[in-house]
Amino acid sequence: MNVIAETQFTDRAYPIGGPILELDSISLRFGGVHALTNISFNVLKHEVRAIIGPNGAGKSSMLNVIGGLYTPQEGSIHFDGKPLSSMNPGKAANLGIGRTFQNIALFKRMTVLENIMAGRTLFNKANFLEVALQMPRARREEIEDREKAEEIIETLEIQHIRKTQVSRLPYGLQKRVELGRALAAEPQILLLDEPMAGMNVEEKQDMSRFILDVNDHYGTTIVLIEHDMGVVMDISDRVVVLDYGKKIGDGTPAEVRANQDVIDAYLGVAH
Amino acid sequence: MTLKSTERATLAGLLSARASGSGDAVAIRLKRRGIWLSLKWSEMQTEAGAVAAAMTARGLQAGDHVALLSENRPRLFTAIAAAHAIGAVAVPLYSDAPAGEVGRQIKAVGATMVFAENQEQVDKVIKVLPDCPTVKTVVFDDDRGMRHYGQSGLASFETLVEQGRGAASTASAAVTPDMPAFVFFTSGTGDLSSPVVFTHAAAVAQARRGVSVLGLTDEDRTIAYLPPGWICQMMMTYGQALASGMSIWCPESSDTLLEDMREVAPTSMLVTPRVLDAIMSQVSTRMEDTGGLTLKLFNAVRAAAEKAAGAGSSAVAPPPGFFADYMLNRPLRDALGLSHLRAMLCAGDLLDPGMLMLFRNLGINLKQLYGTTETGYLLAMQGDTAVRTDSAGRAVSGVELKVDQAGEIVARGEGFASGYLGDDAATAALRTDDGWMRTGDQGTIGADGSVQIVGRGDSIGHLADGTRIEPRMIESRVRTSPYIREAVAFGDGRDSVCALIDINTLSVGRWADDNEIPYSGHADLASQSKVYELVAGRIAEVNRALAADPATAPQQISRFVLLPQELSTEDEMLSRLGKLRRSAIAKRYASVIEALFNGAPDVALERAIDESGLHTHDDEHPARLRIGDAPVVSSGQTRSAA
Repeated sequence: MNVIAETQFTDRAYPIGGPILELDSISLRFGGVHALTNISFNVLKHEVRAIIGPNGAGKSSMLNVIGGLYTPQEGSIHFDGKPLSSMNPGKAANLGIGRTFQNIALFKRMTVLENIMAGRTLFNKANFLEVALQMPRARREEIEDREKAEEIIETLEIQHIRKTQVSRLPYGLQKRVELGRALAAEPQILLLDEPMAGMNVEEKQDMSRFILDVNDHYGTTIVLIEHDMGVVMDISDRVVVLDYGKKIGDGTPAEVRANQDVIDAYLGVAH
Repeated sequence: MTLKSTERATLAGLLSARASGSGDAVAIRLKRRGIWLSLKWSEMQTEAGAVAAAMTARGLQAGDHVALLSENRPRLFTAIAAAHAIGAVAVPLYSDAPAGEVGRQIKAVGATMVFAENQEQVDKVIKVLPDCPTVKTVVFDDDRGMRHYGQSGLASFETLVEQGRGAASTASAAVTPDMPAFVFFTSGTGDLSSPVVFTHAAAVAQARRGVSVLGLTDEDRTIAYLPPGWICQMMMTYGQALASGMSIWCPESSDTLLEDMREVAPTSMLVTPRVLDAIMSQVSTRMEDTGGLTLKLFNAVRAAAEKAAGAGSSAVAPPPGFFADYMLNRPLRDALGLSHLRAMLCAGDLLDPGMLMLFRNLGINLKQLYGTTETGYLLAMQGDTAVRTDSAGRAVSGVELKVDQAGEIVARGEGFASGYLGDDAATAALRTDDGWMRTGDQGTIGADGSVQIVGRGDSIGHLADGTRIEPRMIESRVRTSPYIREAVAFGDGRDSVCALIDINTLSVGRWADDNEIPYSGHADLASQSKVYELVAGRIAEVNRALAADPATAPQQISRFVLLPQELSTEDEMLSRLGKLRRSAIAKRYASVIEALFNGAPDVALERAIDESGLHTHDDEHPARLRIGDAPVVSSGQTRSAA
């Protein structure tokens, strides 16, 4: 046997740490509709956490609660040990929670590069006048933003469409650009709402690789919703399963796969 | 520093001379993160010296083989320079080759070290390591995704530079011209590829010949984008850069080639007929979108090119009208980044005369090049002005060519291979008794010295009545249509010529959109009767052109099939350079070819089975393939319908 083939792989660069996000007894109602009922789970630092469940299970609602888009009627969220009382999307972004959307929400008439640079807005301190007059700080910030954007473009392998208007791109690439824009904000946690919906097998493989690369390279904690069970089981460290707004399973992909409630929810039993 | 003449005759010596003579000049540029980075000759020499020292510390010795799996990247060239500095042999491989093939080649040369561009290539090497016990070290360039790899024999390029810094030796003095420098694998349209050895002296002689023939100086720029495992690309970049001081420019990725080319504005570049097809297909599509006067002008230029190509014996590109030059040629050359180009050299396969004249009519100096892996990349080249479109030009200075009794072209000159690695019998058979080197190509040499290649011995055929046919010539003509990506002509031992056609999904798809023909994908497009009519129309044009010459008239295509699935490298239907692998195609489509010749209206295609025993593709293919008839022009010549 060869010396190189014998030695073992090392652990991941960013080992999974303590909880970065803790959700405790979250309940969310829209009028009489119970979207989420008494849901508790946590997300560990540097892990890939998946939320799965059949249609209407409350997955997107869950993500929107974390992202600050919805405020739950009951329950509490702790981020890095600190309680978050009133969340909103702006606050979430400032805390380091980035996200992509199920329906692509890019600036359609802007180029890929401009879209990704837009994701850097948080870091820009120069005011309108400084930018308009190209004052030193504005110039410095733009150079920094461009460098970061180019790094992301390289990571996601989208150099060839750098200057292409987003509306002209196929769906799979738009999804990748959206991931790029979210990454530009250098988030601690990245929320991905169905990053692989509507993709073919090859595009799904690419996207899976990019998600794992981001997790590996930047140590970004990832929370994702996905329908494709094969993908979820392959790339997630832990999975939480929702059905009708309730948590029915939580654990490693292997544990979840063996869970009878989960099998029933997916294969369907008479309710 | 003055070099002894023996040092000048090695690639390592040439690099030292560059580094000391014009160290601040740019050797290699790479576009990364939107910016062109540069590596100077002196920096390259220092870095290569450090890597060489680290390689020595890891046990690499003179005469050892270093396999390289990488696209054109500055560090690929630096790694080669490092290997050469200690007298090791560089073996550039095709980085898109599957693991199995890479393993066979590493084993064939007994490489002790492998340079891999990135994680993908490292994975490939690790997969084949159990079969390759000689490999002790794997060096990787890009560290992305490499954190998990803790193997002791794995090291990043940076680590090597770090370890070797300070210890940098000037070992190049120990390298002599008769030491092997490179091993290239023959591109192999057949089943086997063989390792071909070149000494430093041979590589230098070859590179110098290229530099003098092309008149290259340190002002020149070339763009490196074809596989470095191909001798043509390696010699036209690394070899010629060392010999002339020109700079090598590496595009950001293969997808950004055309954009980057515009920024580089190369003065010399290598292309293959497939690259030209791709460029022209994109140009035509954009012209169609532009419409109006520009399109009219472009069509006129194209028509003039077809006419000039038909002239055959001595075609000259007509000088463009003042108007066409300003309205079309100059802006187009500028958009393609070809306005500073002095010579675009085409190698790898037969170049279609129409394509040749079209580029020349646009003011781009396209030339067919002729060489084989064993004899080096440059034996003959077409001239600048008048050109016999059916010829690969005349022998370049320093090379003698002749046709032997068996009709094979043989060559004599400097810079040829010293033989096949580890195969003395084949090496001995490479040269004729009187010392000429065989090319393996059938051909003729005209009174004016122009070389005509008919094809590798195995690709020429004869119809049942004995008429000679040249499938490659027929295919290259058919391929000029933007709608046709690939064509495979058959006819050896048959009554007529028939062809398998692979349509260009993109352009046919666009055509279908314009004509409001709904389709779901490649297989669907390729089964539509309207598309059959479109292709039949193009084949009819080719047939008319073939009928014009009595020699080619019997070679008209009578029937064809549109393939439901693209011919690809992955399916092993094409070689690494995109050449057809005829025997593999004939085997895969045996039933279809049979049906083409027996007159059946359609044929069932059995599904392909891959190595794991699984069907490679889903049930998206139609159960039966339609066979199309193409109008054949009667030449008045009577042929027996045996």
